[in-house]
Amino acid sequence: MSLTTQDVEKVARLARLAMTAPEIESARAQLSGIFDLIAEMQAVDTEGIEPMSHAQDLSQRLRDDVVTETNQREAFQSIAPQVEAGLYLVPKVIE
Amino acid sequence: MFESSLKQLGDALRARKISSVELTQLYLDRIAGQNPELNAYVTLNPEASLAQARAADERLATGAADALTGIPLAQKDIFCAKGWRTACGSKMLENFVAPYDAHVIEQFNRAGAVNLGKTNMDEFAMGSSNETSYFGAVKNPWDKTRVPGGSSGGTAAAVAARLCAAATGTDTGGSIRQPAALCGISGLKPTYGVCSRYGMIAFASSLDQAGPMGRSAEDLALMLNAMAGFDERDSTSLQRDKKDYARDLNKPTNGDKPLAGLRIGLPREFFAEGLSGDVARAVEAAIEEYKKLGAVVVDISLPNSRLAVPVYYVLAPAEASSNLSRFDGVRYGHRAPDYADLADMYEKSRAQGFGDEVKRRIMIGTYVLSHGYYDAYYIKAQKIRRLIAHDFAEAFRQCDVIMGPTSPSTAFKLDEKGDDPVQMYLSDIYTIAVNLAGLPGMSIPCGFGDNDMPVGLQIVGNYFDEARMLNVAHQYQLATDWHSRAPQI
Repeated sequence: MSLTTQDVEKVARLARLAMTAPEIESARAQLSGIFDLIAEMQAVDTEGIEPMSHAQDLSQRLRDDVVTETNQREAFQSIAPQVEAGLYLVPKVIE
Repeated sequence: MFESSLKQLGDALRARKISSVELTQLYLDRIAGQNPELNAYVTLNPEASLAQARAADERLATGAADALTGIPLAQKDIFCAKGWRTACGSKMLENFVAPYDAHVIEQFNRAGAVNLGKTNMDEFAMGSSNETSYFGAVKNPWDKTRVPGGSSGGTAAAVAARLCAAATGTDTGGSIRQPAALCGISGLKPTYGVCSRYGMIAFASSLDQAGPMGRSAEDLALMLNAMAGFDERDSTSLQRDKKDYARDLNKPTNGDKPLAGLRIGLPREFFAEGLSGDVARAVEAAIEEYKKLGAVVVDISLPNSRLAVPVYYVLAPAEASSNLSRFDGVRYGHRAPDYADLADMYEKSRAQGFGDEVKRRIMIGTYVLSHGYYDAYYIKAQKIRRLIAHDFAEAFRQCDVIMGPTSPSTAFKLDEKGDDPVQMYLSDIYTIAVNLAGLPGMSIPCGFGDNDMPVGLQIVGNYFDEARMLNVAHQYQLATDWHSRAPQI
């Protein structure tokens, strides 16, 4: 399968990855090769087969609705790129 | 000391013939000498290691020691360990000091084991050669111009070069078994759900599984005893009774036919086109050895296994694109120094923080999950996943374990497959189906191929059959000495 430059640009935007034009072109060629490999799936008849998401068909456990975490704000914020007065700083999103 | 088994080390520590501090220092000195060339470890903290060793010695003095108390181990850098930098092979986490312990790390701490350091790996465990690591490639100790395999390549090289007594790995599509094969060591990926994924940085959550890597099946059993266990913080952790994975190893056996009656399934698809002649010869010789030990061979077929690679390269990137969306440069991880607005900050932080292979997989995953393609790719792949699991279920009606090659070739040269992702992906052609089915799989050394590079024998068991698989490997290792060969370094 051959992806177009526009396909790759769209995917990069959805994935929030900044890419230069040469990077888009190189990714286009490599992703097309990978999708050729993936295309082998299409020849298989999977009519009536139930999709399998996990090896063990488990239902999700529920835990009691009680507080289990302790407050570790300082420990967690000590590894953040930018904090101030206990808040995570990001660029302005609302004018 | 460096050739001693975990059991021998434990006995020596408990008998106070050597202290944990002395043993840890021996390993730290050996690492200081060898690691600059091998690049197997990315983070060392001798003070922290020796503090753990001193605590272990105090515990040993009280007589309250476990099997692993005081034994120096290495941890793949995918496991969060409190106070240790946990970078997962990525620039994105280059400065991330984990604020908590993974469940597996907690279990080792409880056992009193010593953490020697964090081992190198492919970035976010995405790779089969360890060349995608932001911290540089690892060299194979058997031939330093070759790759150690991946993604647990640092662990495999550290175990092979005797830079730790044993270590951890993780396996999403072969990342324990393939590097174990390429470095001539033993490695086990347990049944999905046996080891908790809590604190193990996520790649593809429905496939990721932690497991031990070491020099023998006996060592793996002791490691798995410490690693396995239910953990409510992982929603797919299995609630099962605690088991002794070494329980079958010391059972009395039937003389020179310890594996009498064992039915070994040989999937014809694993011995077909694409398998190197030298690997085929070593694996066939191992099967002959198993026959001498009393096993019988059954011809089986896994007709859908050829689809495992395409299915995996839909499912794993899809899950990865979702898991890695958390890296946004806000709460932790890399943030770009300059940006115009929030979207620009996300896009630049991720572009700078992730390497090429990780970006490729995020893009594949984003594409297959995007509107209009979800059924054609993701659901289709999940359906074929069920067909692949069904093939194994049928096969296990006729045999007790499945054997074949772990990898189609021995270790390849550094940079040999660098520009061709598809060729790299095909090096996991025999291991991926096992992850898709969620079965336990292991690799043990079974000889050498061309260029004197190690060959791995893959053993696949039915669900929760780790103890039997470990004994099947152990009996072979009692009869042969491939597992005790060490590289000259």
